Parts: sequence; C-alpha cells; structure tokens
Amino acid sequence: MLTTLLIAVPLAGALAVWVLPVSRESTSGLALLAILAELGLWLGSARNFDFGSDLQQYSASHTWFEELGISYAVGLYGFQYWLVGLTIVVGACAIGYGAWAGRDRARAYFGLQLFLVGSLVGVFAAQDLILFYVAFEAMLIPLYVLIGVWGGAGRAKATMTFVLYTMVGSLLMLAAIIAFGISQGTFLLAEIGTSTNEWVFLGFLAAFAVKAPLLPFHGWLRAAYTEAPPEVAALLSGVVSKAAVFGLVWIVLPHFPEPVEDFRELVLVLAAATLVYGLVLAFRQPDARGVLAYSSMGQMGLIVLGIFATNDLGLDGAILHSVSHGLVSAGLFLVAGMIEVRAGTGVFSELGGFAKGRPLLATIVMALGMFTLAVPGSANFAGEFAILAGVFAHGWGYAAVGAGAIVLAALYALRLISGLLHERRGTSVRDEPDDLAGNELALVVPLVATLAVLSAWPAVISERSFPADTPAEFIGAQSVPEVVP
Amino acid sequence: MIETPKVDWLALSPTLALLGLAAVTLLGAVIVPRSVQRLFSVGVSVGGFVTSAVLAGVVYERSPDGTPLIAESMTRDRLGALAAIVIALSGVAVVLASAGDRRRDHVGEYYALLAAAGAGMVFFVSASNLMTLFLALEWFSISLYVLCSLDTHRRESLESGLKYLIVGSFGSGILLFGCALVYGATGELGFTSIQQATGADDPLFVTGLALILAGLGFKVSAAPFHMWTPDVYQGAPTTVTAFMAAATKVAALVVTYRLLVTAFPEQSEIWTTAVAVLAVASLAIGNLAAIAQRDVKRMLAYSSVSHAGFLLIAVVANSQDGGAALLYYLVPYVAASVGAFAVVASRERELERPVSLAALEGLGWERPFLGVALWAFVLSMAGFPLTGGFFGKLFVFSAAYDAGYWWLVVAGVLATALSLAYYLTIIRALYMRQSQVTGTVIAAGGSPPRDLLLNGAVGAALAVTIGSFVLVQPLVDLARDASASLPF
Repeated sequence: MLTTLLIAVPLAGALAVWVLPVSRESTSGLALLAILAELGLWLGSARNFDFGSDLQQYSASHTWFEELGISYAVGLYGFQYWLVGLTIVVGACAIGYGAWAGRDRARAYFGLQLFLVGSLVGVFAAQDLILFYVAFEAMLIPLYVLIGVWGGAGRAKATMTFVLYTMVGSLLMLAAIIAFGISQGTFLLAEIGTSTNEWVFLGFLAAFAVKAPLLPFHGWLRAAYTEAPPEVAALLSGVVSKAAVFGLVWIVLPHFPEPVEDFRELVLVLAAATLVYGLVLAFRQPDARGVLAYSSMGQMGLIVLGIFATNDLGLDGAILHSVSHGLVSAGLFLVAGMIEVRAGTGVFSELGGFAKGRPLLATIVMALGMFTLAVPGSANFAGEFAILAGVFAHGWGYAAVGAGAIVLAALYALRLISGLLHERRGTSVRDEPDDLAGNELALVVPLVATLAVLSAWPAVISERSFPADTPAEFIGAQSVPEVVP
Repeated sequence: MIETPKVDWLALSPTLALLGLAAVTLLGAVIVPRSVQRLFSVGVSVGGFVTSAVLAGVVYERSPDGTPLIAESMTRDRLGALAAIVIALSGVAVVLASAGDRRRDHVGEYYALLAAAGAGMVFFVSASNLMTLFLALEWFSISLYVLCSLDTHRRESLESGLKYLIVGSFGSGILLFGCALVYGATGELGFTSIQQATGADDPLFVTGLALILAGLGFKVSAAPFHMWTPDVYQGAPTTVTAFMAAATKVAALVVTYRLLVTAFPEQSEIWTTAVAVLAVASLAIGNLAAIAQRDVKRMLAYSSVSHAGFLLIAVVANSQDGGAALLYYLVPYVAASVGAFAVVASRERELERPVSLAALEGLGWERPFLGVALWAFVLSMAGFPLTGGFFGKLFVFSAAYDAGYWWLVVAGVLATALSLAYYLTIIRALYMRQSQVTGTVIAAGGSPPRDLLLNGAVGAALAVTIGSFVLVQPLVDLARDASASLPF
C-alpha cells in the first residue's frame, strides 16, 4: 500500500498541477508541497522497514491482465528503497531548482517533473516485468517534453537522438519481455524463473546498455545532458541512468544466470572501456556540463563493473555508488546551472576565477568535486573501493583499469574545479560578487549534507541493501570462484 | 400457405435502429426548417446510434451461443454484437464531432448517410453468407462513396469520392468474382456450408479464396490494396475520414476474421501465409510512407494502413487468443482514430484550410485540452504504455508468439520503432515549435467559439484510450467471450 502511495503521490501532484486553476507562483508551491509530502512519506516508511528481511516490504499485488499473466505488483527490498529515496531527494532538488529558475509555462513544467518522479519511483518499485516496462517507458514522455521544450538551442536534435536510442533499446527489451513472459506464463518477477535464452538476455541488456549508457550505445548522452535544462540533466544522470542499475541487478542477474556467466567477460570489458573512455573524454571537454556528462558515463561503467562482478562486494558497492554518484552528479549539474545563469555560459575558456567573492559557491563546488574524485573517506570512495574489490575476483586487470581510472577522475575533477573557481577571471564572469543566495543553498546543501552523512556511515546503505548482507546469494547470481592469491 | 422463415427481430434491431435513423434524418432534411435542421439531425443521430449500441448490447447479453438466422444468411452471436457496439459508439463520437461543421448544404443528408453506412456495417459484421456479405459491403460502401464527395464545393472531396468509388468498386468486383468461384467449386454460399462442402481441393476454390481475400484487403486497406487510402482519407470531409478509419476498419477486419475462420479452416495453411504477407507489407509500406507525409490526414491514413498490418497479425494467429487480441486492439485504435481526426477537424475549422504539420504548430499550448488529447491518441497509436494501444500491441504480439509466429513479432516491434519517427513529429509540432499560423487567424475572425460537442467526443475518446489501459481485464473478458463465438 505504501509503495503504491509513493508512486501515486507524485502522479496525483502532477494531475493537481495540471488541472487546478492556480497562479504561476502557487504552481511551484503546489509542486514543492507534493514532492515534500513524498519525501516525508519515504522517510516515515524507514521506521517500519525491515532491511534484514528477505521478504518484500510494503508490497501490493493485483491481477491486471489475467490472460497474459500481468499484474500490478510493487514492493521494496532494501536496495530499491535506497533508489526510490535517491529519486525523491534529487527530484525535490530538481523541482526546487525549477521554481528558483522560474520556468515559463509553469503548470506544464511542474506537472511533467512530478510525473517523471512518479514514473521513476514506479520503475524502482516494480515487481512485474510489464509494470516495469510501462514505468520505464512512461518516464520517456516527460523527459522528451522537458528537454524538447525547456532545453537549450540544440534541443531538437538532442531529443531526437535521445528518444531514438532509448526506444530502440526499449523495444528490443519489449520483444525480450514478450518472449520471456509468454513462455513462462507470468510476468511476475517473483514467479518467472530463469531463462537460458541468450537472445532474450541480449534484448534486456540492450535496453540497459543504452540507458546507462555503456560504450557503443552512448551517442545520445552528450547532447541530452548538455541541452537539457540543468535540473533535468541532474535527474537524467543522477536517477534515470540508475534504472539500468535496477534492471541489471533485479532482472538480468537473477533470471539469466547462465547467459550472465557466458557474457560476463564481454560486459566487463565494455564496462571497463566505458569507464576509461568516459573519464578520458571528461578530461577533454571544453565546458562544465560536458565534463559532467562524460564523468557520469564513466561512473556508470564502474557501477556496471561492480554489478557484473556478481559477488557480495561488487553488488553492495554498486548500490552504494549508485546512490552517492546520483547525489553528486545531481548536485554538480544544479551548480553548473547556477553558474550558467550567472555567466551565461558553461565554457571553461570564458569562465574562471569564480571563487573570488563567492565563498559559498566555491565551498559547494569544492565539496562536490572532492566527492566526485572519491577522496578516501567519502561515500564515493567506499563505493568504488567495494566495486574494485569485487571485480578483482574476476581478474586483476579490471581492478587495475578501475584503479587507474580513479586517477583520471581526479584529473577531470580538479580541472573542473580549477576551470570554474581558479585561474584567471573569465570574460563572462561578472565583477559583482553574486554568491549563492539562501534559496540556492537550500537546493544543493541537502545533497552535500546527505553525502556527508553517507561518507560517515556508508554502511547505512551497503549493509541494508540486501537481506542478511549476502547480495549474490539473495538475487540468485552464481557465486564466483574465490580469489586465488 | 407458404411457410415464412422466422425472423429474429432482436438480432436485426441494431441495424434497423440505424436504418430508421437514416429515414428520419432524411425526412427531416425535407420537413424540418433549415434553422433547426442541424440541431434536429444531431439530436436524432446521437439518439439513434446510442439506441443501436444499446440494442447490440442486449444482443451480446442474450447470445452466449451463436445461432444462424434465416437460412444461414446471418449469425446472431457475440462477435457480431461486440463489433456492432464499437461501430455504433464510434458513430456517436463522429456525430458529436460533426456537429460544429461549417457545412451549409446537405446537413440532413450527411447524418442520414452516416446512419445508413453504420447500418450496413452493423449488418456486415453478422453476415455469414457470401451473398449477405457482399450485399452489406456494397450497402455501406455506396453510402461512404457519397459521404466522401459530400463537400461538392471542394475539388479534393469530389476527387476523393470518385477515387473511392472506382477503386472500391474494383475491389468489390474482385470480391464478387471470388465468391462466384467458391460457389462454383462448392455449390454453397453459407460460411459453415462451405466449410463442410466437398470440392475444396478444386483449384478454382483456392483462387476464389485468394480473390475474396484481395477484395476484403481493399476494405481493410492492407498493402498492397491500400493505394486509395491516403487520397480518400485526405480529400473526404474530416469527420467522414474519422468514421471510415474507425468503423470501416472494425467491420472489414471482423468480417475477414469470421469468414476465414468459419468458412476456410481447412485451408488455414494457405491463408495464414497470405495474410502474414499482407500484414508485413502493410507494416512496411504504411510506416515508411507515413514518415514522408506533411499533411496530417495523409499521415494518419498511412498510419491506418500500418494498423491494418498489426490487426492482420492477430488474424494470422488463427486462434481464440488472436480473435480476442483483434477485438481488444480495435477498441483503443477506434478511440484514438476518431479522437485524432476530431482534433484535426477542429483545427481545420479554426484555420479554414487543410491541416499540415505546420498547421499543428503551437496547438498544444493554444488549446491545451485538444493538445493533450492528440498527444495521448498518437502515443496510443504508437503503442506506448499508459494507453490502450500498448496492451493492444502486446496482446496481438503474444497471440502471434503463441501461434509460433515469432518473426511477425519481430516485424511488429520493428514497425513500432519505425512508427515513432512520424508520431513524434506530430508531438513535436504540438509543443516544440512556435506557432506561425494562428496569428493571422485571430486577426481575421478572433478565436472560434468552443465546440463543446467536439470536445466531448474528444474527451470520451481520451477516456477510452486511457481507460482501456487501466481496465484492460474487463474489456478483454468481453473480447474473449466474443471471440469464443467462432469455432476453434
């Protein structure tokens, strides 16, 4: 019931925003009210959430389409709880940013934002393949319009490539879902069993490889992350990409043990290549959002590396890193947006020297930058470390590549910091010290604070994602050989 | 004393209601003063179509088992009744959408012909004899020929009527020739009698089957028999196009399904292959050609060709599930078609010129309700989740997959991907471009009055489009019961 509420509250909020005849200012207030109610609901649900149980929490199930075995089935396990939380926190900040930026056509805008949050919660809470697909596709509708209407100058092309890539991936997944579900007579994840069909496996993999994105499927990424409004880019890189994490962890690994085994090397190589490629390109980008886009891609490569390690460390690390990367990249996109509002551009050659007279902005960028480059002690470091330790079991090469990539992360993060804050004052940087105002701080400080809490206590996620702290066993992934020293 | 056959008036009542309606509106065209003629015709037509739908509902309720009537010339069963309900309800929506038409002449005639066409279709879907089948086909086709060319002051309308007349008559001729060959080979006209007759291995019989299939292909507008569709859909008055896209499709597909399954089950290997080829051709041609269109009615016409392809996949499945999938698919499809054409009609009235993609620009922001509705209709046609079109495609695909046609599923999925290319251009025009056209219109005559009846029709279509997604089970139960009327 509670899970249904978590899905329904943003959707009802969206409907209210669309239908109720309220003024422009009240529209953003209404949207914020809805998302804060959602946040409260989520926080409140932690009290009775039994993270140690291997039963679904707050589950609900109703037959929807009996002939095909389709149900409305939702429920949460620990890792889903955290992904839902990530959605709500980032969604709240994004909606707040929209209110701060004063988006025009406010009713359509805030309604779509809430709709996006609702469908993302649906993705992370789904326990039925068709319901998952429905939510997975539903989030495309608001994304398409949010980028296409409120995006930058190149938005037309950006939306087209984004939708084409995503839809091709999704339709391959749909074909796979049909083949898988019809042959098993049910679409319920709890009942559907396993499959050895490699084509079906590849259909799922294609959708998630586009969503993440992994290396050859990333053509949409740069334009979408750059042309989208900053707060939408924050949701895209912070949360929407995590739909791939959920799909891999909760659909691919448990239901395709043999194909996972057979294709493990391929996926690990792709993920490692994505990591290196993303981070190298991030270092080479001329603008702040380009850096963030490719860094996000690289980090997704790292997360997939952890998932396909299919062992306890890798999976725990992947979930922890998903959450901390989601928070960090959302925060950075929002800050990049705030800088763009001030300077009118995000290109490094026209920026620089932002730290002078703006201590708060500098502190926030610095803090987020430190999290991005995963300084030891940060939540991101904990996640990366667990992932690398996990993937080490499949070959020291992956771990070595991963460790090397972290050095690259330091390079681009430092370049981002110095390009924005230090160096000579850029031509587009104004003289008057326009530091972050209170309402802007209210948007990013919660993200930084959450990261700080996670850094101090990463176990809140890593030990509460899967029952009994045996992720690999729990999701039925095959155990991996012990590390031979 | 000659023995007369017992007439089942209830089974005929949906048809008779519409025929009566046609007579009343035609009389009204002469008797009722011009000033209130529109009001009269619309009011009576809504009443007549609703009555027909209700009567068809009663027939559905009271006919759990199919019964042949009047020497097997028609069948009273749930398949026909459900199709009649859908046709009559789409008629209601079309009447509401037509109410705001600017047409000055032929007001009464328009509604009379609409009712006559509807009556023909409702009769058509219960036909179970090659002669009644042909009779009903001509009955509604001739009404439609006239309806297409009703706007006599527009060249395109006349052209559309003429083209439809010529190509349609050609199709009917082929169908009739096929019927003659089958009759020659078997000596039977009734569907079940044909199935039981000997002589089925006669080459004439198979040729007859092929010709019948081709003739029905014209009405379904399946490729390669679709070439009339874009021109006719574009030229005809938009509300007539809406009725053709929705009701004709329902009638033609239900009859194709009934005929193939009841009369030719022994030849299923032949016709499943043929229909599969038609389906793939329709998917390919419909979707590829639609991408190149700039006129919205033409684009939707090609989209309807591609939907014929999806619907034929359900026929190919040749199973109970296939029939249920076909009937379910038709519901959101009909709603989305009527709704989309109604929005186009409303825009046409506003701008007083044909609706190209450019003419849709900015519509989403200027007319939020129509914009959102058209958005939903287009998404439903594209088979996107949150609309009934999604479950329609899923059900059709699963029926085909169950029947072993995995390659048709692949073709359908590819076609769906392709179809997004043009469906998305509609959405892009609605929301992502600044309007370049409406400025002049407002200066010319101000914003047009709100057409409440058309908005009502669009709202109803929207409700069905979304509702058939949420409440898929009750609808599928109806479709399954209807599909069970045929032998498997």
